[in-house]
Parts: sequence; structure tokens; C-alpha cells
Amino acid sequence: MKKELTRQRYLDLYYFMRLNRAVEDMMVKLFRQNKIVGGLYSSLGQEAISVGTAYALEKKDWLAPMIRNIGALLVKGVRPRDIFMQHMAKYDSPTKGKDGTSHFGDLDDLHIVSPISMLGDLIPVMTGVAMAGRYLGQKIVAMTWIGDGGSSTGVFHEGLNFAAVQKAPFVLILENNLWAYSTPVRKQVPLEDLADRAKAYGIDSYIVDGNDVVAVYSTAKEAVDRARAGEGPILIEAKSFRRMGHAQHDPAEYVPKEMRAYWEARDPIALYERFLSSEKLLDARSKQEIEEKINTLLAKEREFAENSPMPPAELAETGVYCTGDDCHKIRAKWERPIAEVTPPRSSVEPVWTVAGFGSGKGSGGANAPIHFGDTQPAEAKRAEARKPAVKAPAKVAPKKTVKAAPASASRKARR
Amino acid sequence: MPKTNGAGPNSSASNGSQVTFLEAIKQAMFEEMERDPAVILMGEDVGVYGGAFKTSEGLLERFGWERVIDTPISESAIIGAACGMSYCGLRPICEMQFIDFIVCAFNQITNFVAKGHYLWNAPAPMVVRGPSGGGVHGGPFHSANPEMYFVHTPGLKVIYPSTPYDAKGLLKAAVRDNNPVLFFEHKFLYRRIKGELPAGDYTVPIGKAVVRREGKHLTILSYAAMMHTSLEAAAALEKEGIEAEVIDLRTLLPLDEETILNSVKKTNKCLVVHEDTKTGGIAGEIAAILFEKAFDDLDGPLMRVTSLDTPVPYAPTLEEYFLPNAKKIFSTAKELARY
Repeated sequence: MKKELTRQRYLDLYYFMRLNRAVEDMMVKLFRQNKIVGGLYSSLGQEAISVGTAYALEKKDWLAPMIRNIGALLVKGVRPRDIFMQHMAKYDSPTKGKDGTSHFGDLDDLHIVSPISMLGDLIPVMTGVAMAGRYLGQKIVAMTWIGDGGSSTGVFHEGLNFAAVQKAPFVLILENNLWAYSTPVRKQVPLEDLADRAKAYGIDSYIVDGNDVVAVYSTAKEAVDRARAGEGPILIEAKSFRRMGHAQHDPAEYVPKEMRAYWEARDPIALYERFLSSEKLLDARSKQEIEEKINTLLAKEREFAENSPMPPAELAETGVYCTGDDCHKIRAKWERPIAEVTPPRSSVEPVWTVAGFGSGKGSGGANAPIHFGDTQPAEAKRAEARKPAVKAPAKVAPKKTVKAAPASASRKARR
Repeated sequence: MPKTNGAGPNSSASNGSQVTFLEAIKQAMFEEMERDPAVILMGEDVGVYGGAFKTSEGLLERFGWERVIDTPISESAIIGAACGMSYCGLRPICEMQFIDFIVCAFNQITNFVAKGHYLWNAPAPMVVRGPSGGGVHGGPFHSANPEMYFVHTPGLKVIYPSTPYDAKGLLKAAVRDNNPVLFFEHKFLYRRIKGELPAGDYTVPIGKAVVRREGKHLTILSYAAMMHTSLEAAAALEKEGIEAEVIDLRTLLPLDEETILNSVKKTNKCLVVHEDTKTGGIAGEIAAILFEKAFDDLDGPLMRVTSLDTPVPYAPTLEEYFLPNAKKIFSTAKELARY
């Protein structure tokens, strides 16, 4: 870690890492009291990644978390009560009990897209967000996370390749915590550095120590700035370790003791505290103030969450469709002149040009041959071409030779 | 009414005249993109080439590279990106070059796009459209009717039109709908079916079936290409003194139960014709609805004429055997009429 930020930023990073851990500690207690309905997934030891990367975003930017990115949600402005209530399936939770964990979002205000359990799907979705932001002239960056395990999905490839081709302002954090449930990374990917995957897409990548929050933040900030400047998507591999099992039920006995000991000694919050006190950015008193602030906040948030009721059963039947206009309030927020994307200014020569490749155009016209479906137009065109040239002056548009089919044309009749 | 500047399909000139099914789809996209700059088109070869079936020809020329986007061969990326765009207020149309390939994006559609509104109040106003159906010797991977995978997915709307008028009006309605809509275009109809389109803007309501031919002896429910085949069979049945009522379902999700029930309560007999394979086809769902809501009105079993429970075979002899046709509908309807 090196000193390069303002004091406030250093303390923000510290606050959010502590908050992240405290929120999860409290959820472990709730889990043991059977107040958490489903599974509980821990980001213990990976807080620097969630916090450091999300802290590099601006308010207008978009993010989509994975299951362990509670810290990123907190940085973006999600209240701890919402995270508690999601896990407890409460009626006042963002999804009103319809889904749990970090599976919620906020399109209008916080610009958070909800994840689903299938890994990698967020990559094309956030590519689309990035493309839409660029199209609307918003100068936003979209960010999401993927694990070492999730980086082997097909949609990781499709999404990152599409983002790269489109030069979308998109930052992908590859959180390498060495374990995908019980399977070690070496059994998933035959690479030392997962950042090498970026080469396949012709995009830039960084490797960062995921337990060094300052390094994570600085790297993410540089990547976000570059993506915003139009340099295209960037992949950051943050190397870390999953200290808990896949979820609360999993004691993770498959993890070698030495490996766990190594990473426990590199706890990101403890490392950061040492740095902050050596740089005289944090003394015992301000540390205590932060702890008290978090404890007071979380006591209140937990109380609110516990007092929230379970959703009424009939809610299960509602909301499959958006009906009426009230349920869709999202409007395209144009920050560029609409005239730029509407005719006549949007009109172009339909010709592609690729450096070193040349250029080309489509084969068009009403009688253009099409893929399976109907060979009649092409046949008619050939018949037309066989006619003597004098009968068809060059300037005259070709006659329509396709016969109108009767409305009740059947396959049999047309064969 | 949208103005056109020469490039692209000229709506003004086409309206009031006979246009093909394909042209109707092109007009719908053209007019919606003209009307609303939030509408964009994405897909494989949709830009410079104008689409494998030329349904998007002229759109790039008029609306430019930012709104007509040629993509890599990545159906999940197309659907996923469209979903992300819809979260930002855009209304993307995705083309699947052949609708067979929609299953490559199955997870993205069924788990991400379809569940968003229910789970976290995130509507995804987007359209996925593409050429479907057989009868053109496309073989097992270019002839599919995969609509029922998606009819089984709450959160989606599924449209499968049979006429140029409906294709245009329903596609426009789909673009304006606040939910994800899958729009199946039977490729057999693209250039074989023509129809007159009214001048000016219009939409056709999603979720409404239409009676194509009135009759009192039995009801034939169908959609897409088989709607035309069913009408042909109905004409032949008339000569035998059997008056079949032919209903075009148009939308499969949500299904217009009211129109179905009204007709069956009148005719007391129901035959469902679809090009989709038999097991798990919409006919089974309709049978269940009739048993639940019109059991006392039925004077005969629900019958169905469908494709075989096999992949779509390639050879013309095999495919012809595989598909329903007017003769099969005719003989099944006669059998049903005897009850």
C-alpha cells in the first residue's frame, strides 16, 4: 500500500470494509437464530475487493453484484436493513420476500442490477447497460463481478467478447478466491493468472492483490477512468481467498490448513488498519468512533428488519407482468441531442469498412435471395435476367414479378 | 404517421396496397424506430446485409450504426445486452437469425429477462423476434417451433401471427409493451402471404385471438402457417356440409381463453391444429382449459392435428409426412364432426 489518496477516501474505504464485515457478522448471528430463511454466503476476507472496486464508481454509474459483493452494495448506497430483510425474506425488503440474498436492484436511483444465480449472465446484461449509457450520452461506466468459477461459463465469453467488440464502457472484476464451492481453481482453469483471459478478447487487464484495498481501489479507479474515456472494457483480476465455505452449511474441510492460515494472516481489514496507523490516518479514538457509529446504525437497522412482517401469501400471485403504465417508469434519459440518432443525421451508407480488410455492402432489393423460406423471388429474378436487355432499360426499376399469393395459400398448393 | 425519407421501406407508398408478411414486419420496425429513438435493433447480420431474410433491409441506412447493431454469433450476449439496455429506458428488438437459435439464450430469457419484474420490479421492455417454422426444407435446426418452451415461462409474452396485418400491428404492440415479448415469424409466410395494410399507425392488441371464419359445427383453433392450412381445410369441409369456425390464436401467452370458450360453447367441439410437435404443444393446454371451464359444453373429445413427436426432418418426403396438412385436418375434423 502506498499513500496517495485524501484522508477522507482512506477513511471511507475503512468505514465500508468495517461496515461490510459487521453486516455479515450480524447476519451470521441471525442465521444461527434461524432468522435467515435460506442460505448465507460470506465475503469474509474479500471485503477489500467489493469495497475498493465499487468505491471507484460515480453515483451515476451502474453496478451488478454477485452473491458475495455486499460491500459493493453498501458503497453504492444500499441500507443494511435492506440486506438483512432480503436474507430474512421480509415484506419490506426490496423484493418483498420474492427473492433473497443480494438478489435485488434499483434501476431508478442507485443504478443497481439484480444478479441471478446463474453465473456470468450479468456480463452481457451490464454490457447492454454500458452500451445504452453511451447511446444516451450519459458517460457512465457499468461494473460487475465474476468469480474464478464463473469465468468458465459460456456467457462469460459471449458477454466479454461482445463488450470488447463494442468497446463498451464496462469493467469486469474477476474475483479469484481460489475456490468454486469445493473445486480448487487449478481444476477449473489451467491458467496461473485468470487475467490472461483478457488477451482472448483483445482487451486490457490488471492483476491486483485483492486483500490490499488501496491497490484495489487505485486499480479500479484507473480502469473505470479508462473505460469512461472510451478505451473499451477492462478486466481486473483480484487475487484473494474465500475464508468461509461456499455458504454457511459448508465447513470447507477441503481447504488445506496452510492455505487458510496464510490468508487469515493477510486479513484485508487488519492489513489496512496497520497501514492507516503507520500513516497516522487512524488513531484509537477515531477507530472507536467508527465502530460505535457502525454498531449504532446496525442495531437500528436490525431492529427495523426484525420488526418487518413476512409477506402476505397472496403476494405470490402478483407482479409477473408489468401492467399499465405505472409499473414502468424508466425513461431514456438523453444527455445528447436526439437529432444525432434520428434521421437525417443518423442515416449512413450501408457499407462496412474494416482496416486492412477493405469494405463491402449488403445484397439488397425487393427480390434479393433470402435464406430458406422462398426461392420464388430468386427464380423470378433469374427469369427476368434471361429476358432480352432491350426490354428492360437500365433506369427503370425492375417489375415486381412475385405473384400475390391467395390468403389461404397452403403448403400443398404452393409446392 | 411516420415520415419516410426514401431510404428503407417506404411506408407511405406501401400502405393501402398489398404487402408481404415480411414487408409488414419491416414496416413495423421501421415505423417504431422512426417514432421512438429508444428503439434499436440488434442481431446477427441485421445491419449491412439487412438480415438473412432481409427483414431489416434499409434500417441501417436510415438509423445508423448505433441503432442497427451487427453482433457476434452470441445469442446470450444479444439477449443479455438487450435486457441491460431495457433497464436504461431503451426498447431493443433482438433478431434471432433463425428462431431455432433462441434456445442458445434460454437461460438469459427464462431466468434473467422473464423473472425480473416479478422478483425485483424490473420490467424488461424488449422484443425477441425471428423466423420460425418448417415447410421450407430448412432441416432440423432451421425449422423449429420452440414457442412452448417459452409459453411455460411466466413473465414472457409469446406472439405468433399469421397475416401481414397482424404481424405489423402485433410487432408494434410488442415494441410498446412494457414486458419482454417473443415474436415468432413463420418463414413460410414471409413472401407467400400478402395482405392489405391500412395507412397510418395501428397496433393489434396482444392477447386477443380472432375469428377468421365463422361456423357452428366445430371450432378449429390454430395459429401461424397452420391457420392458413386450417382455412383451406375449412373450405373443403364446407363442401361436405360441415361449418367449421376457425380461430387464429395470434398470441399464445397470454392465451385468449374468452374467445376460445365462447366459440366452443357455441360449436361444442374443438380441434386444435399446430405445427409444433404434439407432446407439450398448446393443444394440451387448451384441452385442460376446456375440461376445467367448458366440460359440460363438449360433445366430443378435443382432437389435435400436429407435427409428429420427432425433430423436423430434412428430406421433402419426410418433412411432408411430419407436418400437418389440410388433408389431415379435413379428415380429423370429419371424425370429430361425427360425435
